[in-house]
Order: sequence, then structure tokens, then C-alpha cells
Amino acid sequence: MSDRLSRRFAALDGRAGLVTFVCGGDPSPELTAPILHALVAGGADIIEVGMPFTDPMADGPAIQAGNIRALGAGISLKKLLAIVTDFRTRDADTPLILMGYVNPILAYGPDRFASDARAAGLDGVILVDLPPEEADEMLPALNGSGLHLVRLATPTTDAARLPAVLEGASGFLYYVAVAGITGANSAQASDIAAAVARLKASTALPVAVGFGVKTPAQAAAIARHADAVVVGSAIVDLVGSAHARQSNDIPGEVEAFVSTLSAAVRSARLETAA
Amino acid sequence: MPEQLTIEPKTSLRSGPDARGHFGPFGGRYVAETLMPLILELEAAYRAAQADPAFRAELDWLLKHYVGRPSPMYFAEKLSTYLGGAKIYLKRDELNHTGAHKINNCIGQILLAKRMGKTRIIAETGAGQHGVATATVAARFGLPCTIFMGARDVERQSPNVFRMKLLGAEIVPVTSGSQTLKDAMNEALRDWVTNVHDTFYIIGTAAGPHPYPELVRDFQSVIGTEAREQLLELEGRLPDVAVAAVGGGSNAIGLFHPFLDDPVELVGIEAAGHGIDSGEHAASLTGGKPGVLHGNKTFLLQDEDGQITDAHSISAGLDYPGIGPEHAWLHSIGRVRYESITDREALEAFKMLCREEGIIPALEPAHALAYVAKRAPQMGKDEILLMNLCGRGDKDIFTVADALGVKL
Repeated sequence: MSDRLSRRFAALDGRAGLVTFVCGGDPSPELTAPILHALVAGGADIIEVGMPFTDPMADGPAIQAGNIRALGAGISLKKLLAIVTDFRTRDADTPLILMGYVNPILAYGPDRFASDARAAGLDGVILVDLPPEEADEMLPALNGSGLHLVRLATPTTDAARLPAVLEGASGFLYYVAVAGITGANSAQASDIAAAVARLKASTALPVAVGFGVKTPAQAAAIARHADAVVVGSAIVDLVGSAHARQSNDIPGEVEAFVSTLSAAVRSARLETAA
Repeated sequence: MPEQLTIEPKTSLRSGPDARGHFGPFGGRYVAETLMPLILELEAAYRAAQADPAFRAELDWLLKHYVGRPSPMYFAEKLSTYLGGAKIYLKRDELNHTGAHKINNCIGQILLAKRMGKTRIIAETGAGQHGVATATVAARFGLPCTIFMGARDVERQSPNVFRMKLLGAEIVPVTSGSQTLKDAMNEALRDWVTNVHDTFYIIGTAAGPHPYPELVRDFQSVIGTEAREQLLELEGRLPDVAVAAVGGGSNAIGLFHPFLDDPVELVGIEAAGHGIDSGEHAASLTGGKPGVLHGNKTFLLQDEDGQITDAHSISAGLDYPGIGPEHAWLHSIGRVRYESITDREALEAFKMLCREEGIIPALEPAHALAYVAKRAPQMGKDEILLMNLCGRGDKDIFTVADALGVKL
């Protein structure tokens, strides 16, 4: 695989990476590519772009609202892949992961999706409602096109179950730090440190930690222990509020906020050393 | 649920699902990783309960003395004469405690919750019948209970909302999406994933991630098992046709499952709302296509991008864009025929049963009844048409009055 993800993790050079999530098409398909570039300009190392779904069962109010804005503005999987193609004309290096629910991809067709997604420049997918037990229908198509199927581990994933989660996992491992929906409570740094250590004992994949990470301070606390920190709801909230007050520079606001996150993540381990 | 373990012949249609919870290509466990260990734990607990005679004994005792089973098998002689064809039998599950079949399943699941040491109950509800049944068993077993209900359903089913509150349940109106049953289920899943350590989710229909479709079916199969025995006793034979309404499909699978290997024609009735061609309906088999929602693969109302579209039915209990995976499979192999009935036809059938038999049916089985009204006249007088009268209509009188232009 021509692998942007492994190159990006290798290039972090001892610091943690910042993974940022936005809903594709939020607040409009036209603004999505500029927002993706703003994430990179603000210091995001990896981008997760959400494929909106009418019934986002694992998401909290912020991302639900983002999905509704995006679907209302006419986003579709086809349009989102066109946005990715557009993004790639100006950014050949930032890994881009599509995150969402399995039904829109089933409707598109797994094989057709895998080849179109690869051609557009996606690097992998995270499918919230596709546990390893149901991955047969998707994994061969994705891997056949050189796309990663990023797996999720959670506080309820015990030692007996972890091997099943890791079987066929690639790219990185996404550790969901709290049992719950996106944007809810945050976990204790000590719990996260223990969980990351437990996961890293079982896999060579980088471990990214997300769910409930909203502030630069929270991001920095996780960056001391994990290979990467994921921030989603806080950015989606910002997009929503900027859109609501009819901001004429949503990408600029996103870049400014992400800069505060990336500064915190980049200096997290230096502060610990000092 | 069978009385004892029997070795099913390989050709039996009653042996599903497979070990991974699939009925043919349908079913499965499409849930977030946080829930997977819980789902597996539930399956293990259910297998242990199935092997435990004490579980069966407690369930049977409660079904007899608390629910009031067996429910009667009633020969609707006047209706049969009125329609001028088959002998119509009504399985009277509307006479159960709480007024619908939903409690059969709730009793079973709360016994499982107790076995698993869970201390909090959640459920989704559409018409409110499952919410009432869940609140009822939660009160009986002394567990706190939260019911998620679409805000639109809270409005159109206010008597049931009040019942649930009287029974001590907390009602959470859900304002996302179409504010109906599917959104209530989304919100219940969000609560469950957040409170996995102490919470048991009592799913009300034969859908959701494995093992729910199987265990809900097993708990509801008491309907068909009793019906089979009762008809054999009353008529000395099985029915020619058995009919039930289908939303998610729990009363229908409960009636059908014990007859799957018998020479009995089985017909499921979906809600056609304003008509299939209008696009405003809840007939996921007739007007949908396979996809994944709420933990299982099944037929869904969806657009070409795989986004779920809103269902419509005058019956809040049928107002759901999916259907249980076993129905999807039985449809795909042709064992059960699925037809649809409009809001208007269901209303006519509702009035007919009130008038002809002195029974006010719920709007859900009124859909099955509308099919009976079409089918019975085409059948011979010595043929038997069995219908599951799965709920009573007290809860629906405001909706019906509204539809008939009557101000209460």
C-alpha cells in the first residue's frame, strides 16, 4: 500500500499526532474542502471526515446536529468522494479517513465504494456499527483497494475479545476512551494511560484515543500517553455555532481552534520532560 | 419457546438463526464495539436460562398468574357470518394484562435482566404498548425504568404516556429525526452504550442485534404455540391461513413460528399508510430494500444513498422503517407472504370489529383484520382463518376520533 498513514505516524518523531473530525458536507458541501484544508493549516496530522447518516446511533447531540446540517445541505457519499478528490488536488500527504455507519456504503456497493474511495484519495474507513463479526462483507473489498479498516477498541473490550478486534485491523487502532456516545464525558488520564499500555502490549499499530476530548488541556493530557488524540464534537460544535451566527469565515475559525489543540498536543511531552 | 429441546430435522424452517445470529443473509450484530461484549454476554445468559428449568418455571408461572395466559381462542361467529366465508378465529392477546402481546416478551426479558444482575431498565416505544408493558414489569420487579418515546408519539398516544408515568417510569420524549419509533430506538441505544455496566435494554420487537430477534421471537412464540394447541382441540385441525400485522414483527413472528413447518398459509400485513405509491407508508418489505439499521441487516425504507426515510402509518406501533430479520428471510424464501393495508382500510376494519363483535381492536391488528375482511369471503365455509388480535384499541380512540373527524 502506498501508505500515507504509516508515513505520517513515522514522521511524528516522538510526539503525539492530532486527529480531527468534521462532518462531510457540514454546513455545506461547498465549504467542506476549505474546512479540511483549514484543519491541516491548524496543525491536524490526520483527518477523519464523517459520512452523515440519518440515524447516527453512536453519536451525541453535536455530531447528530452536524449530520442533520450536512444532509439538509444535500451531502451524499458520491458528493463526499468528489470533495475528497478536490481536497487531494492541493494536499497529497494528509491521511484522510472516512468515518460513518455501514448502510450508506452498502447502498453504494462495497466494491464500487472501495475502488471509488481509493481513486478519490481516501486512506481508510472507520465504520462505527461494523464490528469484526460482521466485517466479511466489507473487509476484502477495502483491503483489495488498499484501504484500511480502522478498528475500535473500548473500555468494554476485554482481553478475551481484543484478539478478535485486532484481527484484520490496520492503519491505527482507535481507542474509544469512554463507554458512551461522541462528545459526552471525558475519561481520566490515568485510565487512558493504563488502557493504552494494555492495547500496545497486544498490537504494533499506533493507538489513537478519542471520545470526550474537547479542550487543548484534555488533548495534551492524552497526548502524553497515546500515539494520537482525536477531537471531533468540539470542532463540529464550532462549525455549527459559526454557521448559526452566519460567520463568513468558518474555515478561519476552525483553523484558529485547531491551532490551539495542535499546539497543546505538540508540546505535551516536552512539558512532561521539563 | 419449545417445552423441551427437540432435534429439529435439517429441513425445518424453525432452526434459525445460525450461531452468528443470521437468518440467511439477514440479522447479525451491527453494533458499536462498546456494545459487542454486552450482546455476547446477553446471548450467554439467554443460553443458560434456556437450559435452566427454574427460569422456564418462573416464566410460565408469571405468564399464567400475572399476564393471564393462555389467552382465549375465540370463534368470531358473527364476523364470520357477516363476511360470508371462512370460519374466523381470533387469538385474544388483547386480553393480556396491559392489553397487548408486548408483555409476553417483557416478562421474559426482565427475568433475564434479573439473572444478569442488571439494576436499571430502558426501552423504546412507539404506540406506547411496549413502554407500558416494560414499565409494568419494571414496577413488578422493583427496577427503575426509563422509556424513550418519539415526541410525536408522546403527543398521539397520551393515554399510554400517563399509564407509564403511573407505573413509575420516566418518559424521555425524543425530538431528533422523525420523532417516532426509530428515533426512540436510536436514543435508547445511546443510553445503553453510556450505561452498559448496570442497564438492561428491553427491546420490544423481534429486531435489533442478535440475540434479540431470536429471544423476542421465543418469548412471543407462546402465542402460536397456544393457538396451535387450541385449534387442534376446538377444530381437530390446523388453520388454513394465519394472519398477523407486522411493524417490527414481534406478534407476527410469535404467531407464525410454531406453524412454519406446517401446511398453513402465513400472511403478514404491513402498514401501507396513505398507499405504497404515495411514498408515505411503513411497508419495508413491499417498498424497501436490504440494509443495516439498529443492529441488524433487514429490509429498510431508504433512499438511493442509504439514508433512512420516514415511515408513515396511522398506527404508531407500525410506524417503523424496518422489520425483524426473520421476517426479511421468510419473505425472501417465500414462506410467508406479506401484503399491505392502508390507513383507511384499517379504520374501516376497526369500526367493523367494534360493530360486529363488540371488540375494540388496536389500530395495529386492525390492519390484519382489514386483510381478513378481504380474504375470508374468498374462502370456503369449512376453512379456518386465524388472526392474532394482538392489542386492544382503548389507546387509539383519540387517533380514530381524529381520523373520523369527531371532536372528543
